[in-house]
Amino acid sequence: MAGLAATFGSGAMTNPIKDVLKSETVLVTGTNTTENHPIFANYLKEAVLKHGTKILVIDPRRIDLVDYAELYLQPKPGTDIAWINGLMHIIIKEGWAAQEYVAERCEGYEDFAKNLEKYTPEYVSGITGLSEDELYAAAKLYGQASPASILYAMGITQHSCGTDNVKSLGNLAMLCGNMGVEGGGVNPLRGQNNVQGACDMGGLPNVYTGYQKVDIPEVREKFAKAWGLEADALDANPGLVLTEMFPAAAEGKVKAMYIMGENPLVSDPDLTHIEHCVEALDFFVVQDLFMTETAKMADVVLPGVSFAEKDGTFVNSERVVQRIRKALTIPGEAREDREIIAELSTRMGYEMKYESAEAIMQEISQVTPSYGGITYERIAEKGLAWPCPDTDHPGTPILHVSNFSRGKGLFFTIDHQPPAENADAEYPFILTTGRVHSHFHTGTMTRKGEGLNKVHPEIKAEINPEDAARLGVEDGDLLSISSRRGSIEVKAWLSDRPAAGLVFVPFHFHEVAVNRLTNAVLDPVAKIPEYKVCAVKVEKAV
Amino acid sequence: MVTLTIDGKEVTVPQGTTILEAAKSVDIRIPTLCYHERLNPIGSCRMCVVEIDGFGHPMAACTTPVEDGIEVTTNSDRLTRIRQDSLKLILVNHPLDCPICDKGGECLLQDLVYEHGIDKVEYTAAKVDRDSLYATPLIRYWPDRCIMCLRCVTACQEIKGIGAISIEGDGYGAQVVAVDPEICQSCGECLQVCPTGALTADLSRYRGRTWLIDRVPTTCTYCGCGCQLELNVQNNQVIAVTTKDGVGVNQGSLCVKGRFGYEFINSDDRLKTPMIKQNGEFQEASWDEALSLVAEKFSAIKAEHGGGAIGGLTSARCSNEENYLFQKFMRAAIGTNNVDHCARL
Ligand code: SF4
Ligand code: SF4
Ligand code: SF4
Ligand code: SF4
Ligand code: FES
Repeated sequence: MAGLAATFGSGAMTNPIKDVLKSETVLVTGTNTTENHPIFANYLKEAVLKHGTKILVIDPRRIDLVDYAELYLQPKPGTDIAWINGLMHIIIKEGWAAQEYVAERCEGYEDFAKNLEKYTPEYVSGITGLSEDELYAAAKLYGQASPASILYAMGITQHSCGTDNVKSLGNLAMLCGNMGVEGGGVNPLRGQNNVQGACDMGGLPNVYTGYQKVDIPEVREKFAKAWGLEADALDANPGLVLTEMFPAAAEGKVKAMYIMGENPLVSDPDLTHIEHCVEALDFFVVQDLFMTETAKMADVVLPGVSFAEKDGTFVNSERVVQRIRKALTIPGEAREDREIIAELSTRMGYEMKYESAEAIMQEISQVTPSYGGITYERIAEKGLAWPCPDTDHPGTPILHVSNFSRGKGLFFTIDHQPPAENADAEYPFILTTGRVHSHFHTGTMTRKGEGLNKVHPEIKAEINPEDAARLGVEDGDLLSISSRRGSIEVKAWLSDRPAAGLVFVPFHFHEVAVNRLTNAVLDPVAKIPEYKVCAVKVEKAV
Repeated sequence: MVTLTIDGKEVTVPQGTTILEAAKSVDIRIPTLCYHERLNPIGSCRMCVVEIDGFGHPMAACTTPVEDGIEVTTNSDRLTRIRQDSLKLILVNHPLDCPICDKGGECLLQDLVYEHGIDKVEYTAAKVDRDSLYATPLIRYWPDRCIMCLRCVTACQEIKGIGAISIEGDGYGAQVVAVDPEICQSCGECLQVCPTGALTADLSRYRGRTWLIDRVPTTCTYCGCGCQLELNVQNNQVIAVTTKDGVGVNQGSLCVKGRFGYEFINSDDRLKTPMIKQNGEFQEASWDEALSLVAEKFSAIKAEHGGGAIGGLTSARCSNEENYLFQKFMRAAIGTNNVDHCARL
């Protein structure tokens, strides 16, 4: 969540999930909330039905939540910056901006406002395909509401310009004074249970826990000391991100990889290429619950345990640190992941010894200011939201209340850039990927039992009936979808959720790995691949 | 504010409060069956009847708002008789399946029948055969156990905003039916609020008795909402997932993954021993063999090419504690910042 961190100094949800009950307007974009975050969707519906909240959906896909929306706009995919700038242009012009708030709490406004001048409704309409009236109505709905909240997810970030998309949403929220207030905020919905925790814990190449940067000497010294190392022992250079690691393997720069609990061989873009990269490794270790597609390529597979067999904590989208508890004994010879890592480390000459997960949390809270007050005892009944600096601190459900974490909120001057790959004569459709509500990520867990497969047994590509008619395709017919990188066959599901010219394929099913088609072009800062926009050709399979 | 007396106790509550809520605020319990805290009052069961001085007929406490100066009685012979009668009407066609009912032991109907000491039912009614296809294959509907309280229909409408089910037919032929199975999300909200064994989780059928189950509170392992749930464990198997009303961000709700996506835990496909690939085939190995091989290879690569030649991916699926150790291992033991995870994806 690099964009949000740059604007406000923190990359997490700024407000609690339940806060939407207090919002006057909620802008929902790039998240199919009912499918991916169903509990959040419950609150949105409750907000509409019981509290008079108005929902504004702006999304290329006609998501189910549109049924509850006051207004729905369907822009062309990959034009987010254009419509956000367009809304802000109108908001400033109509005098709906929060002038005082902007003057007091933010910086960078002048350049930013100047740049917006060219985003007239007419210009924006040309890029996005939205009418000027639609843009005006949306600007009014968000701009006049107080407070108004913004929700977004991977539909915004999985573009080559994802970081800029997020910064743009941050601009919009600041412009209307919606940061640091109940019912406001900019709220990214996290896709996986502990994405937030993995980031908080320093599972990133440029930071230690709590976003303490590896390129700051004092920070390195502090960690070196805490970890019993020489003061200059830690690497000062940020490491490789996931999407750079694989190409580095192909080039022979990375010789070995150790993957814990991830299945990039279904989830990563441009799958065929990644297989080559992994094959180039000298040594490959995978630690997982199952023999995943990734584990099959490993030299050594280590059996870890599930969340039901260990103690620990997860952090949800709202930054709340919550407990998981051991409920079952461990199957066979499998071992807790923390024990595997500690033993391996000890064998490599760096001793690690922890009696329990709780002992690790004690160390985390010592080296991480924002976790300083998190103890198992305090979160036994109810989780705590970080920042929570000491054991008397009640946690921080809403961020940036009187100050932004970085001091002042920074306006970014951002221009629309066309997606890396546009539809053209040869590949006339735009493919987008995502989840369906009954399955999860790469399906390693949800597809194991009979239950969830009963509800959603097979992969289907959603295609607009208009396009289907043109291709002579009926519901259930086999489609062949190909991009410049590969091709898959999948059944058609006629649905008016995608606009004409768009096809949607979920990525949970390894037998039809949609990521054989997607584009590995990266956002230059967050390094998220462009999943959401990829040009494809769609034909009836013969 | 409005002041009234309940069983002789003076109570002051805001205007618009129901008598039931007012009684609850001073710890007076009125028996209820259809009432549920997260739902608007339904008023279908008449268990909550109370007497109000000056009114001829008893009123339902869950739907009647307080009024200034009223005197409410929650317990009398007459009220007990009315409650017993209501229960008897429910029991006319109710199969006392308790021994094979998954709800046995924590069924509100069972408890109320016990509390009101009903040992026989004088009424009879012709039995109507009903077929029982529900909105989702994950939930089984037992029409004979259904007391028509409407909690399920109301929850699907009010909490989920979906309305996938409704009531069809009347009298003893009435039953819950799917309006449109296509829109049902199999979330189990209806199952969660059903006070009886009329809705049961099909995956859990006959797999455990409520009083033998261990309920371990934990956090859902799927999405970033972080719902709080309880793993229902018997004989070292997760046989169901339940929630406590009002707990966590989800307040007792879950989605299909959180409620029914637990089968992977006890799956036979789980990896149970370390494996080492030899000549393209995996061979089972001991921990000692596997870990010394990994340590040896990593150390050799580190010695020859430096720590930067090793990359690690930690996991958005694993706990904080594991993520912390993983990055510490990469940084302190391997000596590289090449550590990332799939959050970007
Ligand atoms: S629903 Fe309750 S009363 Fe009826 S059979 Fe089941 S446990 Fe017994
Ligand atoms: S499972 Fe959920 S969506 Fe389906 S009927 Fe029950 S409450 Fe409604
Ligand atoms: S199924 Fe359960 S909740 Fe629904 S009406 Fe019958 S008894 Fe009530
Ligand atoms: S129950 Fe559903 S909404 Fe709740 S955390 Fe799990 S996956 Fe997310
Ligand atoms: S609880 Fe009041 S009528 Fe059912």
